[in-house]
Amino acid sequence: MIKNTTLTRPQDIRVDLQLIAEMVEPGSRVLDVGCADGTLLSHLISTKDVDGRGIELSQAGVNSCVAKGLSIVQGDADTDLTDYPNKGFDYAILSQTLQATHRPKLVMEQLLRVGKKAVVSFPNFAFWRCRWYLAVNGRMPMTSSLDYAWHETPNIHFCTLRDFTVLCDELGIKLEKSIIVGSDGRVLDYDINSRRANFFAAQCVFLLSDK
Amino acid sequence: MMSDITMAYNTYGTLNADHSNAVLVCHALTGDQHAASRQPLTGKDGWWSVMIGPGKVLDTDKYFVVCSNILGGCMGTVGPKDINPETGEAYGLDFPIITIADMVRTQALLQDYLEIPSWFSVVGGSMGGMQVLQWASAYPERCFSAIPIATAAKHSAQNIAFHEVGRQAVMADPEWHGGKYLEQGKNPRAGLAVARMAAHVTYLSESALHRKFGRNLQDRDDLTYGFDAEFQVESYLRYQGINFVDRFDANSYLYVTRAMDYFDLASDHGGSLPAAFEGTPTRFCVVSFSSDWLFPTTESKDVVRALIAAAANVSFVEIETDKGHDAFLLDTPEMLQTIGGFLAATAKSRGLTQ
Repeated sequence: MIKNTTLTRPQDIRVDLQLIAEMVEPGSRVLDVGCADGTLLSHLISTKDVDGRGIELSQAGVNSCVAKGLSIVQGDADTDLTDYPNKGFDYAILSQTLQATHRPKLVMEQLLRVGKKAVVSFPNFAFWRCRWYLAVNGRMPMTSSLDYAWHETPNIHFCTLRDFTVLCDELGIKLEKSIIVGSDGRVLDYDINSRRANFFAAQCVFLLSDK
Repeated sequence: MMSDITMAYNTYGTLNADHSNAVLVCHALTGDQHAASRQPLTGKDGWWSVMIGPGKVLDTDKYFVVCSNILGGCMGTVGPKDINPETGEAYGLDFPIITIADMVRTQALLQDYLEIPSWFSVVGGSMGGMQVLQWASAYPERCFSAIPIATAAKHSAQNIAFHEVGRQAVMADPEWHGGKYLEQGKNPRAGLAVARMAAHVTYLSESALHRKFGRNLQDRDDLTYGFDAEFQVESYLRYQGINFVDRFDANSYLYVTRAMDYFDLASDHGGSLPAAFEGTPTRFCVVSFSSDWLFPTTESKDVVRALIAAAANVSFVEIETDKGHDAFLLDTPEMLQTIGGFLAATAKSRGLTQ
């Protein structure tokens, strides 16, 4: 088990939730893709007064969002983003969901089609604890909060910080802001392209735009 | 054109001081205004008693629930079985062809009559859902929220086909007499029963039929090799058909099925469904059921997609169930949770407190 970090979609996303909220301008129009139980959207609505919408795959998640008064459409990030008009949102947010999509590259392209900007957060698979776990145990790393075994995890497309920045470069996506967080939840002040960043970042949050 | 029209409606609960807690429930093809009260002809509970009542999702301690019989219906609102004042005989086929938009127009008259500036919500399933969509499109300022369930923005070719089978069954019955059966003291019972039987199959699903009946035999241990109701499913359908004709007018069935066939919200807006909802202030909660093949989820998703394109406030959920189209009438917990949650949150933003 790896302690104090999150490789899969965590129950407690307070840290990256706060970081995302800091990236969003007050009063903007926001689409949260894979909004789960609506924690982030509710937070953005109450603290940033955003006009928030969401997409969520699970019926339970949709129900819990709808009961909170959120406007949530049951749907799939992989297929249903195409329903949304071009640049209809100021921000398209993908929080802790990228690694669970079937076609992350397509989803990234769609995010920046529907949003003027995109905010993406994900766990860094090159985080030293993951490397250590794999090196020492020879097994796929598992988290403390969601201990999915490799054969039942919904997280089918883990990537590393480096993988992500390379993909953004390939897709012509500009990294407007990059924030990385270490295992203790503190923001690390490393060059985003450094080996150090890729080694010590447990979580990454990016504000993205078209180049 | 008809000038004076009679409408029958029921209300449940109490209208609050600023008239902001009224909910319009739109009934489906063979429903009526007895949504939460005993149906006088059948003696059965209201068709949506599972939804409406004290402490229920449409909480009558909190909301003022209105349900009117549709235009062209046969439970008190003017329809083909009523007397045409010009001839002194039942309208029959002289009754004008009606549309979903006509039904909604008469409900808007009722809204004025009840002095309700805007419904807190307009709710309905199937054809009731078509009325909900029509309401939101035609009178966006007069419905704060809209809950279209198991419905579509247009009637599909397959659904028109099933309706045509039903209508032909009615019209092929010699007792129909070109629609003038009331003058002849007749009733095309057999034809209408067959229409109901065929339609009823479309309200269920293969797995629901299998779960309920399988290939079980009716009141017998072995096959008898004849045309009696050998299987339970046959007996069930015959029962559904026979009971239906006691409470429903055959011509009314023709008119109302036709109204559904004509429904196509996009074509009323230059072929664009988003145009039907452009700039809408209404909050939507769209619900579909996974095993509904009469109004499949794809139809609801078309509506949702249009609402998204129109930048509307929309929530959508597909409920997993094997109950088929009828799921909206049944005790389907996930549906009740979703709609209950939506209404509670919407009530808060409407400033409704209890």
